[in-house]
Amino acid sequence: MTETPDRGQAEEAVADAHRREWGFVLAATARVAGDLDLAEECVQDAYLAALEAWTRDGIPRKPAAWLTATAKRKALDILRRDKVFRAKMPMLVEPDEPAVDAADAEDVPDERLRLVFTCCHPALARDAQVALTLRLVCGVPTEDIAAAFLVSETTMAARVTRAKKKIAAAGIPYRVPEAAELPERLDAVLTVVHLLFTTGHTAPSGTGLVAAELADRALHLARVLLALMPDEPEVRGLLALLLLIDARRGSRVDDEGRLVLLEDQDRSAWDRAAIEEGGRLVLAAFRTGRIGRYALQAAIASLYALPSRYEDTDWPQIVALYDELLKVWPSPVVALNRAVAVSMTDGPAIALAQVDALAEDERLAGYHYLPAIRADLLRRLGRPGEAADAYRAALASAGNAAEREFLENRLRAADTGKNLGE
Amino acid sequence: MPQYGVLVFSPAPADPMDLKPDYLALLDRYPAQVTELGGKIITGFALQPSTTATAVRGDVVTDGPFIEAKEVVAGFYILEAPDLDVALEIAKLNPATIDGGVEVRPLFEPPAE
Repeated sequence: MTETPDRGQAEEAVADAHRREWGFVLAATARVAGDLDLAEECVQDAYLAALEAWTRDGIPRKPAAWLTATAKRKALDILRRDKVFRAKMPMLVEPDEPAVDAADAEDVPDERLRLVFTCCHPALARDAQVALTLRLVCGVPTEDIAAAFLVSETTMAARVTRAKKKIAAAGIPYRVPEAAELPERLDAVLTVVHLLFTTGHTAPSGTGLVAAELADRALHLARVLLALMPDEPEVRGLLALLLLIDARRGSRVDDEGRLVLLEDQDRSAWDRAAIEEGGRLVLAAFRTGRIGRYALQAAIASLYALPSRYEDTDWPQIVALYDELLKVWPSPVVALNRAVAVSMTDGPAIALAQVDALAEDERLAGYHYLPAIRADLLRRLGRPGEAADAYRAALASAGNAAEREFLENRLRAADTGKNLGE
Repeated sequence: MPQYGVLVFSPAPADPMDLKPDYLALLDRYPAQVTELGGKIITGFALQPSTTATAVRGDVVTDGPFIEAKEVVAGFYILEAPDLDVALEIAKLNPATIDGGVEVRPLFEPPAE
């Protein structure tokens, strides 16, 4: 224990522990509580109790251990008191651990992986996986999750409740998958973390603050996952990818919130430390020889981020990496991004032919980046009339405010160019 | 151990007399696989083809299954398994999943007062 702190310090310590340790505490408590709802209730109580206790007795050396011991004790108390009632509840696991004393709770096993894999279980819908991960692993209030995903708080609360009920009723186990099923199950976890990040990174509407918080949460989760699964190259790849994209966060839009293209971004404002860390992680992932889609995406992102001048971008290498990426992840969106790189190596005409071929793919119907990319290629080919049509098509599908403004500006320029040409 | 109802869906009309020898061979092996994976089939039934079904909605009686679809319920069984992961592993081995599918749903147990 440190010197008796004032209440402000205790508040700060509790808030910090909430941000960083919520998932750890909840995961450990769920083992004892045998039920996620009960665990959540006890963890909430433990955080409340912490504020009083830490103001009175000082901040413990290991706040997470203190919170875990307190939450577990509350869970055991309730279980003992409500033995008859709780015995009827579906149990996630047997309460096999003896009661722990807060004072000697030194080494609490890290149960977060169990929690993450349970939240991202394939028997749950993707939006439920995302909501549960944010709520249970990250401790984000339902209200904030609802804001980030543009649904009402009631809708989001219902989604979380339904998912928790299904876990209990259907008997979704609280465990880390075995080696044989790990690749598939891990993929779901990585997809959820990636989705969290992209939702934060390209917020569909103007909720800037919540969006940045989401990206930070996703980065933190990726770091936690890597610490818990250091031998999985795809976890390394995902963290690398998020770091490399996030490094450019501040320069993607200007002071007025306008979109800035990669070629025009102020590279001195990029987070060099993050880019270097991302680059190291990519190399480490590649060295394992088990190269998956996240490591490949991260490698591509590193080729965008590493050169100090846009002109030095290694486009042939980027195209080669996209070829590898298509092999492990044959997605039309990847093919579309590859076409953009091809426009830099083989010219916009060849790229346009590829994009037009992709436009036939119904999986890309309504994907607003496709007409936006077409428009840009047509602009570069000096065909402003067709470019204007494509910009209009891109604007017809949704995009965020910054993207829309960019497209509108380009449309005006294309219309001007068309009139000049006539 | 939790119990699950497993609903088997096959292309209409799902006539058990039309099952191919390959399918029947897989079906023969199924009980042993269930046991090996740690599950237990409590009871199970196959149904006659959906052309023999009659639906009642309100007071209207119609010929055919309750929901007209490409796939119809071909049968069901009650499966006991330690958790959903095991139940799903067992479900994946059901030969019905080749050209149809199965729905795994926990049985309801009324809460005791």
